[in-house]
Amino acid sequence: MTLLLFKVLLILAVFAISLFMAAYSTYAERKVAAFMQDRLGPDRAGPFGLLQPLADGLKLFMKEEITPEVSNKFLFVLGPSLFMITALMTGVVIPWGNLLNIDGINYSLQITDINIGILYVFGVVSIGVYGIMIGGWASNNKFSLLGAIRASAQMISYEVAMGLSIIALVMMTGTLSLKEICEYQAGGVGGNWNFWNVVYQPLSFLIFMICAFAECNRAPFDLPECETELVGGYHTEFSSMKLGLYLFAEYINMFISSATMATLFFGGYNFPFMHDLGLSQNAITIIGTGVLFGKIIFFIFFFMWIRWTIPRFRYDQLMNLGWKGLLPLAIGNLLITGLFILLNNRG
Amino acid sequence: MERLTNRSKIVSDKKMTFLEKIYLPAILSGIMITIKHMFKKHATVRYPEKTREFSEIYRGMHVLKRDDKGAERCTACGLCAVACPAEAITMVAAERNKGEENLYREEKYAAKYEINMLRCIFCGLCEEACPKEAIFLTDRIVTTDYGRDEFIYGKDKLVEPVNARIDVTKRQTPEVLEFKQQKKLSHNR
Repeated sequence: MTLLLFKVLLILAVFAISLFMAAYSTYAERKVAAFMQDRLGPDRAGPFGLLQPLADGLKLFMKEEITPEVSNKFLFVLGPSLFMITALMTGVVIPWGNLLNIDGINYSLQITDINIGILYVFGVVSIGVYGIMIGGWASNNKFSLLGAIRASAQMISYEVAMGLSIIALVMMTGTLSLKEICEYQAGGVGGNWNFWNVVYQPLSFLIFMICAFAECNRAPFDLPECETELVGGYHTEFSSMKLGLYLFAEYINMFISSATMATLFFGGYNFPFMHDLGLSQNAITIIGTGVLFGKIIFFIFFFMWIRWTIPRFRYDQLMNLGWKGLLPLAIGNLLITGLFILLNNRG
Repeated sequence: MERLTNRSKIVSDKKMTFLEKIYLPAILSGIMITIKHMFKKHATVRYPEKTREFSEIYRGMHVLKRDDKGAERCTACGLCAVACPAEAITMVAAERNKGEENLYREEKYAAKYEINMLRCIFCGLCEEACPKEAIFLTDRIVTTDYGRDEFIYGKDKLVEPVNARIDVTKRQTPEVLEFKQQKKLSHNR
């Protein structure tokens, strides 16, 4: 098996898993919502309603595709496509697992380990906002435009705090590569003692998580698409699979940001006692990938948990929190981290 | 004023304390509440497989009773239509011909008897008004349909079949019977 073939297979697998996770996130969202409201949720399509995502997808495909007369036709199609593409692109740099040994050759379960991994994620996510902006603007609808403006303002505001919170982590680990950040946390408890980054940087994690909620347009920061004020926000005019792409991409974003959080702060594919159990390299890798997905699923659940708990922020509260709350906090965290590193290096 | 529950809180617009300002303690208590609800019993009844138990005196779809010999009890007096607050009942009276004694109990009968189930509020006043014990509300439900016309129930749907009598005794609890008795007496007074 050549490296190229392995990479192609890995890319296909990550693509398929991203879509699968997004599809089942919609199911999980409805189930979690239902359970938290003492209901049952979808349970008619297949056992426990497990085929519901398929039914939903089929429904979206069969729906009439409406393009408003007054819309900009090209941009109207470009919007959702761009949002979807950027959502899928971020999965490239996430280390999905450790080295896999096949016939004496080590294959990394990461599509590409570029040395500015985390910067790449930020860059691609920032392009994602264009998908929303273009879609909202092209619809030629006031609600859509308001939603799009809110989305871009919100994403730009929170990206600042998010970036600053990550810089503290980068200063500590001394690398931008997600793989190396992940390696830094290897071992877990036992053997060589390496704690997860969240132990050293809890504040940074908190800021990052709050910003991730805002970046994904999730409750309590779902102002760009708040139904009560803006009908559907930036996707008001979209129908059929174009709407589907928006909704889907949002869930993929959620999946990717969960993966990023797990990788940056919760050890990624590392698990406690991983080097003390006397397992073979491949076994550790496979279990590690499973553990990573466990962490990701927990974070996705946490996203939903928060959504069905907290009401939406008001717009001024959102901006206050972003600029006056999280940004100074992130800068403070940065300074304290810098101070600690300086003192450590001296002593 | 007396409070209904002890859960009411007096609100004020005082300045938020630091703990309130950072939202986190409130959010934590919130997510604890939602996670508790995840393991609570669900309120849903899976309808077609399971049906919710009806109350003993449930007021559902009407039935027009027949007597012991299978003759219709209704004499088209129109008292139910007068009593009906929603004006859902209409009827056309007709005279009984010779040879129809086994079909209709008295000389006059309802040739047409219609209840508009979309107007009906299932109050049961028709049952109270009926002097012949002909109309009763039962624990059957009015099913869904596609058009408004289908909800105007005629005699074909309302009159009970001879070979499949509909039990209305469940609703006739001692309290109900006592009430009806009192009403009858007040009429006679």
